[in-house]
Amino acid sequence: MSANVNHSLPLEYQTEQNRLNILGFWIFIGAEIVLFATLFAVYGVLGHRYAGGPTPSDIFKLNDVLIETLLLLTSSFTCGLAVFFMRQRNMKQLLVWFVITLLLGAGFLFMEIREFIHYVHEGATMQTSAFLSSFFVLLGTHGAHVTFGIIWAIMLIIQLLQRGLTPVTARKMFIISLYWHFLDVVWIFIFTFVYLKGMVG
Amino acid sequence: MEHKSKYPVSHVVGFLFSLILTFVAVFVALKMNVSYTIVMWIIGSLAIIQAGLQLFMFMHVTEGEDGKTNVINMAYAVFVAIVIVAGSIWVLTSGHAAH
Repeated sequence: MSANVNHSLPLEYQTEQNRLNILGFWIFIGAEIVLFATLFAVYGVLGHRYAGGPTPSDIFKLNDVLIETLLLLTSSFTCGLAVFFMRQRNMKQLLVWFVITLLLGAGFLFMEIREFIHYVHEGATMQTSAFLSSFFVLLGTHGAHVTFGIIWAIMLIIQLLQRGLTPVTARKMFIISLYWHFLDVVWIFIFTFVYLKGMVG
Repeated sequence: MEHKSKYPVSHVVGFLFSLILTFVAVFVALKMNVSYTIVMWIIGSLAIIQAGLQLFMFMHVTEGEDGKTNVINMAYAVFVAIVIVAGSIWVLTSGHAAH
């Protein structure tokens, strides 16, 4: 790790290693955008092939989708607050907002799993039609990312409690915040091009 | 790099705008009596605006000494994403794959 520490910068940018890690994570996000683009492309192509099964307007429920959207959007906001307070070296506020972020994320996941179980009980499974195969793959990949983010966040909270705020833990916190905001960005497009699109037509 | 301020102004503003954009999109999609094509153009634009809000007001894509690199990287990722999505739909639904 570089010995040059620039104290005028926020903790997470203070070392060369940290700056490189953050740049590397942005490049990873670029790759993630392309990963999700391929899944949106599949959904865009196959989303109208119902094979005699349910159509989007048969199964989507606006209320549930809105609750999921608001949970994830609010969690993205609280995650931003956590980083804001980290930059003020306010460990207590950082933890409070980060834990709230986690709880909102867990709430989102609970709603999404409930939604999937509901679909399967209505006979809308991955095997039913091309629409539902591509739907579950796109939504499932996003949900798996949220699940991974929650596990990652729990481990980071443990490390923050053990080590306190250092350039290394601050960098890890900043990077997970980028990941979490990115998941909300993906959800905006799922909300628009899967749910709203399905409920319009 | 900002965050000298005492209150997270840009986060609160970004959050409020995101909420407004979400509800406007729902209203346009489900309550407005216009054609499907127009609805998709409007809510698609709203989604892109909201993604931009997240990128600039929450993720601060431009900050740091690598800010420019990040913006170029994101712009290229978005370009590739559009090519993949629009290109796939175009090739696979407009008769290029008749059989």
